Amino acid sequence: MTGDFDVIRPETYLALYAILALLGGVFTLKDRATPILLWLTAAVLALLAWWIGARDGLDVAFNGSFVDDGFARFAKVLILSAAAVTLILSQDHLTRAGTLRFEYPILIALCALGMMIMVSAGDLLTLYMGLELQALSAYVLTSIRRDSVRSTEAGLKFFVLGALSSGLLLYGASLTYGYAGTIDFAGIFAATGDGASLGLIFGLVFIMAGLAFKISAAPFHMWTPDVYEGAPTPVTLFLATGSKVAAVGLLARVVHDAFGMVAGDWQQIVAFLAVISMFLGSIAAIGQRDIKRLMAYSSISHMGFALMGLASATAFGVQAMLIYMAIYVAMNFGTFAFILSMDRNGQPVTDIRSLNMYSRREPLRAFALLILMFSMAGVPPMIGFFAKFYVLRAAYEGGLTWLAIAGMVASAISAFFYLRIVYFMYFGEDGERLDSRMPGAHWAVLMVSAAVMVLGVFNLFGLEPLAAAAAATLVN
Amino acid sequence: MLLSLVTFLPSLGAIALLLLRGDDEAARRNIRWIAFATTVLTFIASIFVLGGFDASNPGFQFVEEREWLLGLQYKLGVDGISVLFVMLTTFLMPLVIASAWEVEHRLREYMVAFLVLETLMIGVFVALDLVLFYLFFEASLIPMFLIIGIWGGANRIYAAFKFFLYTFLGSVFMLVAMVVMFGQAGTTDIPTLMGYEFSTETFQILNIPVVGGLQTMLFIAFFASFAVKMPMWPVHTWLPDAHVQAPTAGSVVLAAILLKMGGYGFLRFSLPMFPVGSEVMADFVLWISAIAIVYGSLVALVQTDMKKLVAYSSVAHMGFVTMGIFAANQQGVDGAVFQMLSHGFISGALFLIVGVVYDRMHTREIAAYGGLANLMPAYGAIFLLFTMANVGLPGTSGFVGEFLTLAGAFQANTWVAAIATTGVILSASYALWLYRSVVLGPVVNKALRGIQDMTARERAIFAPLVVMTIALGVYPSLVTDIVGPAAEAMLRPVQEAQAAFGAETQVAQVEEGAAE
Repeated sequence: MTGDFDVIRPETYLALYAILALLGGVFTLKDRATPILLWLTAAVLALLAWWIGARDGLDVAFNGSFVDDGFARFAKVLILSAAAVTLILSQDHLTRAGTLRFEYPILIALCALGMMIMVSAGDLLTLYMGLELQALSAYVLTSIRRDSVRSTEAGLKFFVLGALSSGLLLYGASLTYGYAGTIDFAGIFAATGDGASLGLIFGLVFIMAGLAFKISAAPFHMWTPDVYEGAPTPVTLFLATGSKVAAVGLLARVVHDAFGMVAGDWQQIVAFLAVISMFLGSIAAIGQRDIKRLMAYSSISHMGFALMGLASATAFGVQAMLIYMAIYVAMNFGTFAFILSMDRNGQPVTDIRSLNMYSRREPLRAFALLILMFSMAGVPPMIGFFAKFYVLRAAYEGGLTWLAIAGMVASAISAFFYLRIVYFMYFGEDGERLDSRMPGAHWAVLMVSAAVMVLGVFNLFGLEPLAAAAAATLVN
Repeated sequence: MLLSLVTFLPSLGAIALLLLRGDDEAARRNIRWIAFATTVLTFIASIFVLGGFDASNPGFQFVEEREWLLGLQYKLGVDGISVLFVMLTTFLMPLVIASAWEVEHRLREYMVAFLVLETLMIGVFVALDLVLFYLFFEASLIPMFLIIGIWGGANRIYAAFKFFLYTFLGSVFMLVAMVVMFGQAGTTDIPTLMGYEFSTETFQILNIPVVGGLQTMLFIAFFASFAVKMPMWPVHTWLPDAHVQAPTAGSVVLAAILLKMGGYGFLRFSLPMFPVGSEVMADFVLWISAIAIVYGSLVALVQTDMKKLVAYSSVAHMGFVTMGIFAANQQGVDGAVFQMLSHGFISGALFLIVGVVYDRMHTREIAAYGGLANLMPAYGAIFLLFTMANVGLPGTSGFVGEFLTLAGAFQANTWVAAIATTGVILSASYALWLYRSVVLGPVVNKALRGIQDMTARERAIFAPLVVMTIALGVYPSLVTDIVGPAAEAMLRPVQEAQAAFGAETQVAQVEEGAAE
């Protein structure tokens, strides 16, 4: 038993930290010490990320319910970094919105904990437990601005549709349990050794539908733009990065660990989700004027590309997907650091037209955002291009050349709205200006993120072998 | 190391400009001179490349190789074809910077954009790895997008978006093809791929048999990218918009160098890597080249905007290039390379000529001018020379390129050559008409009275172009001696592969006939 608890030590510590912080907050400090708590939590998350990154080996705990392998650790490091960066970027925004409550960092920590459990899930119950912990924290985070109609509306929408998707997922899980006779991924894998029965296929489809909702892959994306727009912007950042990594990681784990024997059956579904998401995200974003909604559609399209890697059903595909997610997260850090500092007369604005001729007043920041936008569009030499190159290659080697071609057409379409942001910053006409104030943390995240986009061209910071090792533990 | 130096030296200059502080007149002067000095140094460095280049060796020289990610490599090298394009780029860039001397609006960014663009253009010509090539090829869109969008004319935003999206959409198909090639051959090394035989087995897509199989598909994917870049009819429509809206220096770079990337791509990838695909598609390409020549010239005839006229004449002249390349014989390929270099000097000069009067009068309407010969004699003389070169008068470089490509095309497809020849006559009509309307005749527009002749700076910019145009026209061996061996080495396996494929299909047809 001690071995089991040893495996889940990072999760245990994070849970203990969250509970202690909650107790401390309730009994003593209230909201006064929130800034300290925020930074402390960010430090704890970063420390955990570093610690998890240094662990190795493949451990299974609680009779296979919880798996700690290279794949899970790769995703966890991304999740924890996303949570830490979210907290770093939160303070300024939430202070001015008056919603810097001490529950906020704790909820982020719990949400991250749920995500960590998701990517380590070894059976359907752990999967659901992690998913719900993550989702419940995310609902509350979305509506944390209680006096704002939009924030509460977004939270409610998120909750209702999230509950629906959980229902779909549970139904799928019960079908799978009924037909496979076990909730254990390894057991399901063994049960599908000589093909899956119709009931199991049904279960698979429902589980995937539920997870597609969490990834916000089209056609299960409807909640995304509204929630992105209504949620406080730092929370939007966390939804766009951490929860996407966790959901994509979970999906990859379910399809490979549990349904790896029937790859042909889920491959079509993933390819379908990928192609619909890429096109819907790219086309729908063209009409958006609100940068948060635009980023929502952009993330739908990016998820389509990540799923393109998964659709190939190979280890290289998983590697490509992990690289895509890592680069996607890095791009979003910088972009959201910029969005969070878009103010006019001290009030946050999200209209992209407010960027008019931004480059003339803040050439350096405008240039950083330009690099990020070209990276998102997948224009070399920015590393967003390599992200696309990897998934493209994975799709081709998985025999899905049509998907690769479709993806490239979608990426050319998506270039339009990224270019339009550049257009407002560089070619537009002068008008009402944004404030030039930008907190140091935001500036640093923006610049580091933009520098990473360019300097990564040398060797992707050694990401490739790490992702390959992580993918190898999942697919064998 | 020399090629890396030539490639990245301009970027170092760009970084130096970014680090430079201040926005006063002294700082502006420094910016201009640093940019100019960087391009001159790059040119000097590239002279060492040409000096050390062994023309009798058809292989790649100055090769540099380093590991990169995903089994890709950082590999540079030049052969007889690419070395000339490198020289063209480094030769023209100092002139481009000098032509932008009077720009005041965001000068620093302007110069940085051009220097970065120079790195990317040289990179395209020296890259010997598929993905490295794609990286430079695509990245060059970014500075050009900004140059058109920030410093362009009234309708610049439409032109910038059209330029970017058109070329980007074309290129993504090439990326898919590159992934397929990587998967098939297991390498992205260009010299290895030139020797790799991609499958030519006919397969069916939606019950339509694809003759030449994979090679034809890959050819079409690359064609989508290079034909847009070139630009070939009917995907040329971005070019007139981009040219008209771009600032003068941007137009020069676009016409003189960026368009050549398409032709270079055909020579480096399409023809040697997919000989059978080229064979299958050759007639199609030859015919649309002929259409481009005639159509481009006819459209040029009715233009009222000087830049647009030159832009359409570029479409026509690029038609000669594609015609020469896909004639797939020695004269055709030599002529195509020659025509591209010559067009680099001539069209660059023509856009500069338009720029000279645009800077003074701020209009490009042909009707607004007339009789400039009396007011600006030096201008009239230079304009005359480049008009004649554009027409293809013997003794200028324009003649050699057109003649060689026509000679090559004649062996491949007589009808295409015959139709393309009418383009020579048409080009005389629009070029001479333009010259007559702008330079000859009485001075009708009173606003022209006080116009100044060319300054010493402007004359100095044109001098090297005049020298090159005449030197290449009188002594074409300057180019053909370098291109010849490389083209021959490239064409031999191409012709063998095409002959083998021809024999194979014949056998198959005979067998089919026997079976029936």
